[in-house]
Amino acid sequence: MNGDGALEQLKREGRIVVVGASLAGLRAAETLREKGFAGELTMIGDEPYEPYDRPPLSKQVLLGMATADGTALPRRRDIDAKWRLGVPASGLDMAARRVRMADGDEVEYDRLLIATGVRARAWPNPDEAALDGVFVLRTRGDAAALERALAAGPGRVLVIGAGFTGSEIASACRERGLAVTVAERADAPLVGALGGVIGAVAAEMHRENGVDLRTGIMVTSLEGDSSGRVRAAHLSDGTTLEAEVVVVSLGAQRNTEWLTGSGLGAGPRGIACDAGCRAFDIWGIVTDDIYVAGDVARSPHALFGYQFLSLEHWGNAVAQAETAAHNMLSRSADRRPHLWVPAFWSSQFGVNIKSVGVPSMGTEIVITQGSRAERRFVGVYGYQGRVIGAVTFDQCRWLDFYEQQIERTAPFPPPYPTVDRRPEGERPLDADFPDPSVPTHGPTITLSGYSPADRRMTFTPAHN
Amino acid sequence: MTQGILRQILDYSSRANPYPLYEELRKTPVFHDGDGPYVVSTYHEIKGLLHDPRISSDARNLTPTAGDPLSQADEGGSEVLPPSFLKLDPPDHDRLRRMTNRPFGPPHSPRRVEQMRGELGGIVTGLIDTIAAKGDPNRIDLVEEFSYPFPVTVICRLLGVPPEDEARFHVWADTLAASLDPDPDADPAERAKKTEGARMELGMYLAGLIEERRKNPTGDMLSELATGQGPDGTMSTMEVLSTAALLLIAGHETTVNLITNGMLTLLRNPEHLDRLRSDPDVAVPMVEELLRFEPPVQLLPQRSTLTDIEVAGVTIPKGSSLWLILASGNRDPKRFEDPDRFDPDRPDVQHLGLGSGIHSCFGAPLARLEAALALSELARRLENPRLLEDPPPYRQNAVLRGPRHLPVAVDGIRAA
Repeated sequence: MNGDGALEQLKREGRIVVVGASLAGLRAAETLREKGFAGELTMIGDEPYEPYDRPPLSKQVLLGMATADGTALPRRRDIDAKWRLGVPASGLDMAARRVRMADGDEVEYDRLLIATGVRARAWPNPDEAALDGVFVLRTRGDAAALERALAAGPGRVLVIGAGFTGSEIASACRERGLAVTVAERADAPLVGALGGVIGAVAAEMHRENGVDLRTGIMVTSLEGDSSGRVRAAHLSDGTTLEAEVVVVSLGAQRNTEWLTGSGLGAGPRGIACDAGCRAFDIWGIVTDDIYVAGDVARSPHALFGYQFLSLEHWGNAVAQAETAAHNMLSRSADRRPHLWVPAFWSSQFGVNIKSVGVPSMGTEIVITQGSRAERRFVGVYGYQGRVIGAVTFDQCRWLDFYEQQIERTAPFPPPYPTVDRRPEGERPLDADFPDPSVPTHGPTITLSGYSPADRRMTFTPAHN
Repeated sequence: MTQGILRQILDYSSRANPYPLYEELRKTPVFHDGDGPYVVSTYHEIKGLLHDPRISSDARNLTPTAGDPLSQADEGGSEVLPPSFLKLDPPDHDRLRRMTNRPFGPPHSPRRVEQMRGELGGIVTGLIDTIAAKGDPNRIDLVEEFSYPFPVTVICRLLGVPPEDEARFHVWADTLAASLDPDPDADPAERAKKTEGARMELGMYLAGLIEERRKNPTGDMLSELATGQGPDGTMSTMEVLSTAALLLIAGHETTVNLITNGMLTLLRNPEHLDRLRSDPDVAVPMVEELLRFEPPVQLLPQRSTLTDIEVAGVTIPKGSSLWLILASGNRDPKRFEDPDRFDPDRPDVQHLGLGSGIHSCFGAPLARLEAALALSELARRLENPRLLEDPPPYRQNAVLRGPRHLPVAVDGIRAA
C-alpha cells in the first residue's frame, strides 16, 4: 500500500488518542474532525471535567464574578470522542503504540497527540504545602478553593511569587479589599517575562493599589498552628509575616513524568518536537506517529533563531493544536510549520497588559508610544539591532503593527515617529533582564537555545 | 485603466453599486493618481494601516494637498467646536474617548446599552405602528418613516434630551446630517449658512442642558459626561459639546444607512428575510455580515502619514492624505471567500465595517443592537414587503453611502 492509501485508511478507520483534555487537546480534536478524521478518537484527561478555560480562574473567578465550574470551553463542533476523564495516563509504549492508564488499562493508537500541559509548581516543603490555607492556582478546583478562602475575608493573604498569575491574584485580593503581601525573589514583579524597566512600572502598580510588595526576598518556610492551619511565613530577611492564606505562585512544571522511560524526548523543559509538532525521541530522531501541542511542547521557531520555545500561552495552545492535527492527517509535503508569534495577555490592577514576540530575548527597550508614568504605553524590545518583542499597557490596539515589525525583523530602535511619542521614548534603555545563569521562577517563556542542527542536544530525565 | 477611478467612485452615478469600481481599484492596492490621496483598497493593507502608529487622524498633520475632494470634514467639522476624539491622536484621543466611555460601556458601565433594549424595542414598535396607522401600504418610504427617525430618537434618550425637546433636536439633526450629503444643485453659501445656524442652535441648546445637568444630574449620559469624575478628571463644557455633537452625528447617519442597506439587502434576498422572520436570533450574525457586505461608512478619508511609509511596495510620503476604502477591503477575495455573496452564516467575519484599531466605532454596541432590533421587527411585521425601485435613489455622499429613500409596498402590517 502506498503512503496516500495508508493516510486515507487512517482517516477512515484509524485510532487517534489525545492525552490531555484541556484547551490544546480539545482544539486538536475539533480540528481532526474538521479535516475529515472519521476513525476512533479517544480523549484522556486526568481531571474529571470536560475541557475548561483557565484565564478566568485567576481573574473573574477570584473576584467572585464567575464560578470556577462555569468556564467550560465553548465547542467549535461535535467531536464524537470516547472520553476517559479522571484517570491520568501513566506510561507510553512507543513500540507497541499503547498509552498506559493509571487504572491499569491500555489504549492503542495509530497516532498520538500529547497535550498534557503544565501544573502549578508546588511549595517545595510537602508538610508546609499541606497546611490548611496554602494554595496553588492552576485548576478549576484550585480556583474554587482559593475563591472560598478569599470570600471568608482572611486578615492577610501572602502571595509567593510576582509573575503574571501571582500579580493577578494580588490584584484580585485588593479588589476584594483584602490585605495582601507579595513576596518576590527578583527586584520587581514580572521581571522574568518583561525585564526590570517594565517590572518597575508593575511594582508601582502593586504599591499604588495597596499591595505590600516585598522584592529581593524569599519565603524560607511556612508555619502552621496546632490545628494545621497556616499562620505565618518566615522570610529571608529574618522577619515573620502573619497570613491566613498563602498562595504559592512559583510558575509551572511540565507534565512529562508519565513519559519517563518511554524513550520519548520528554523532560522538565517539555517535550521536544519539530516545527511540525512531531515529537523527538531521546536520540533526537523525529517520530512519525507522536505529536505534541500546547504548554508541554517545545519547538524550534524560525523567527527566533530556531530556538526551542516552550510557551504557556493560550493562543499558542490553540494554534499549535490546529497545526498538529492538520499534520497528523497530512502527507509530508502538505504539513505546515507552527510559526505562531508568541502573544499573551494579563489583566491586573485595572490595566490590560499584552505582549507579542519574545520580550525576554530583548536586551534593550524603547517606549515608542505613551508614557510609563501614565501606565499607558507601548514598549518595544530590541535584540541585536532588530525588534524582537513588544509589550503594551492599556494600548493593545497597536499590537498588530508591532507583531508585523517583529515578523519583518524591523530595525531597532524604531526610527520613525509615532502618534504618541514622548520625550522619554527617544532613547533605548537596558531592558534589565536578570542574569540568565541565575535560576529564577516563573518566566512565561523559556529559551534553551539549541538549533535543530545541533547534535549535542542533551536529554535530562530528572525532574526538579 | 485606473485613471479617473476616484472621480468615478465619487460620481453620483456609481453610488448604487460602487463594488465593480472597488474591484478594479484592488488591482492596485495602493493607488495614487497625480496629487490626489493615496487610496488603499485591500483588506490586509487597510487593516495594517488602521493599527499603524505612523498614521494620524489629526488633520493638522496633513500637508495641504490640492485635489483631495474629500478634505472637508465628515462629521460636520466646525470652527465653533474643538475637534472631537474622532479627529485626534493619542494621548488626547485616548483621554477623551476613555472619559466618554465611562458612562457608555465596560468596565464602568457594562450594561448601559443592553439596558436600553426594551426602550429601543418600544421606539421600533411605535414607528411601525405609526406607519400602519397613517401609511399607504402601497408606498412606504422606509428611510423617512423608519430608519431616519429611529436613531435620532435613540440618541436623544441616551443623552437625556427631554421628550418635549426631541422634535427640535430632530430638526437640527436633519439639517446637520443633510450637510454631510452635498447636493450639487444647492447653493453652497446658503447651505453653509443653514448648517452653521443649526450647529449654533444645537450647541447653545446642549450647553444649556449641560448647565442644567451639572446642577441636577439625572444619570443620563449628558449628566455623566458633564459631571463624571475619573482618573482623567472632568470634561470641559466645550469637550462635552464636541463629544455630544460627535455622538449625534457619527451615530446617526451611519445607523440610518445600516438599517436601510440592511432592508434593501434582505428585500433583494427574500430567503434571508424569511429566515429572519422565523428566527429573530439570526439578526445578530446577519447584522455582522451586513457590516461587511454593505458598510454604512464606505471609506475613511481622513488619515495622514507622519513619516514615509511603505505599503504593498509603494512608498507613501510623509504628510500624504490616505483614503482607506473599508467597503473594498470587505470584499477582498484574498480575505473573504466569495466576497460578493451575502451570507449570514459566513464564519470568521472580521470585517472592516466598524473600522479597527483605536478609532474603531465607538457606538458599535448600540448600532448593532439598533440594527438587529429594527431588522428583525421589520421582517416580522411587514407583510410581503416588495421593493418599488431597485436600485433606490441614493444620497449624494460617497463616504456615508446609503439610499435617500427606500420605497416599498406591503400587503399589510402585522399587529405588534
